[in-house]
Amino acid sequence: MTIKFTEEHEWLRVDGDVVVVGITEHAAEQLGDVVFVELPEVEAMMAKGDDCAVIESVKAASDILAPLDGEIVAVNDKLTDNPGLVNQDPLGAAWFFKMKVDDLSVLDAYMDEDAYKEMIG
Amino acid sequence: MADLKRTVLYDLHLELGAKMVPFAGYEMPVQYPMGVLKEHLHTRAAAGLFDVSHMGQVILRPRSGRWQDAALAFERLVPVDVAGLAEGRQRYGMFTDEAGGILDDLMFANRGDHLFVVANAACKDQDLAHMKAHLADACEVVPVTDRALVALQGPAAEAALAALVPGAEAMRFMDVAVLPWQGASLWLSRSGYTGEDGYEISVPNAQAVAFARALLARPGVAPIGLGARDSLRLEAGMCLYGHDIDQTTSPVEGNLNWAIQKARRAGGARAGGFPGAARILKELADGPARRRVGLRPEGRAPMREGTQVYAAAVGGDPIGAITSGGFGPSIGAPMAMAYLPASLTEGATVYGDVRGKRLPAVIAPMPFHPTSYKR
Repeated sequence: MTIKFTEEHEWLRVDGDVVVVGITEHAAEQLGDVVFVELPEVEAMMAKGDDCAVIESVKAASDILAPLDGEIVAVNDKLTDNPGLVNQDPLGAAWFFKMKVDDLSVLDAYMDEDAYKEMIG
Repeated sequence: MADLKRTVLYDLHLELGAKMVPFAGYEMPVQYPMGVLKEHLHTRAAAGLFDVSHMGQVILRPRSGRWQDAALAFERLVPVDVAGLAEGRQRYGMFTDEAGGILDDLMFANRGDHLFVVANAACKDQDLAHMKAHLADACEVVPVTDRALVALQGPAAEAALAALVPGAEAMRFMDVAVLPWQGASLWLSRSGYTGEDGYEISVPNAQAVAFARALLARPGVAPIGLGARDSLRLEAGMCLYGHDIDQTTSPVEGNLNWAIQKARRAGGARAGGFPGAARILKELADGPARRRVGLRPEGRAPMREGTQVYAAAVGGDPIGAITSGGFGPSIGAPMAMAYLPASLTEGATVYGDVRGKRLPAVIAPMPFHPTSYKR
């Protein structure tokens, strides 16, 4: 299973023909306690860089941008009821949404785990 | 962080793992490793220790030696009954300007032979100049620069402080007292900015670190940063100067009528005689056009400062804006303060524009979380 990272601190994991998207542990730590998550609508078509989801912590609101062109095929409703999951299990249970993309090779442009770790120091 | 001042507790904050941020010209702890949410809940469940040494402490000493002369002079600057304040008691007030706006809000205490004033960090230099300009004939205006200020707040505060400073437990809400600790003279008040029972304690700089460490060693006491201080005060319905009140808002618009006692109102013993009295007395009589209210957004999305508020879900111009807003950890829901037309009363639904969507919010009573003062 391939996992990739964006400069905006999202992780992308390929699962069959969809890409699962979440935020990294580092991002969750920087945000502080998450109190609200707004997710995109299923079947929404996204272009890379579109505002896709919102995370609000006790400190501030941040946008999650679509990391790829594609269609939202699933969202993690658990986050709406329990935003704190983002702090508890950012790489696992707190995935945000799943996207269907035409060409998975676009993921090659993103960082692997070592490169991401180097970026955040 | 160049040019920022540090409080005497700076090194202790770093040792405790604080994340430091610039605030009102100081490097201050915004949170400790516990994090804002848990720090907030800890304060309500046990006790939180806050460094508020950046705030301004000022003594007004009457030149005549008579407290009443300092009190009457101070009444020139605030729409509050100062002369009627008993010795050993503290009161909330605000400096007003000629237009009836608020220059700063503050606490003042009758300490027998002088007035003790505590004002906001961001306004303290301006406040000092203001007092010197208007009170110099009657009072010596003395900034207190050799003392730190800490707040100990929460249900475990009384036991923690009384273990170190016997006598603190006998104080009631808004009492002030001077009590000794290891040779230092502590200036205490039973008050705070969280809605919890607790104390604010002025301690000489030389003993401040040792005193803070002694408090942190008591059961239930944890250090709390500015992040939780803000969510705690907002749940308690208290104003943050520069956000919820400022020079563009009068005390009546700010819903601070409770702080203007009868003696200073029309027909009172010392009615008027403060800056902006014409407007403020008129608003007390006729009601203001707009007023600060509490809002409970429906759903979980916080409505932050600056959010525009509308009367309807669609169309129309904004009727007001949110001045403070966030998530209340103890109420488990978002909360906000806004200035809205006074015709709108509790229970009315309005709409806040959150990222282009108008979301409903209900005008709600404050405090959002019940206070637990020891009266």
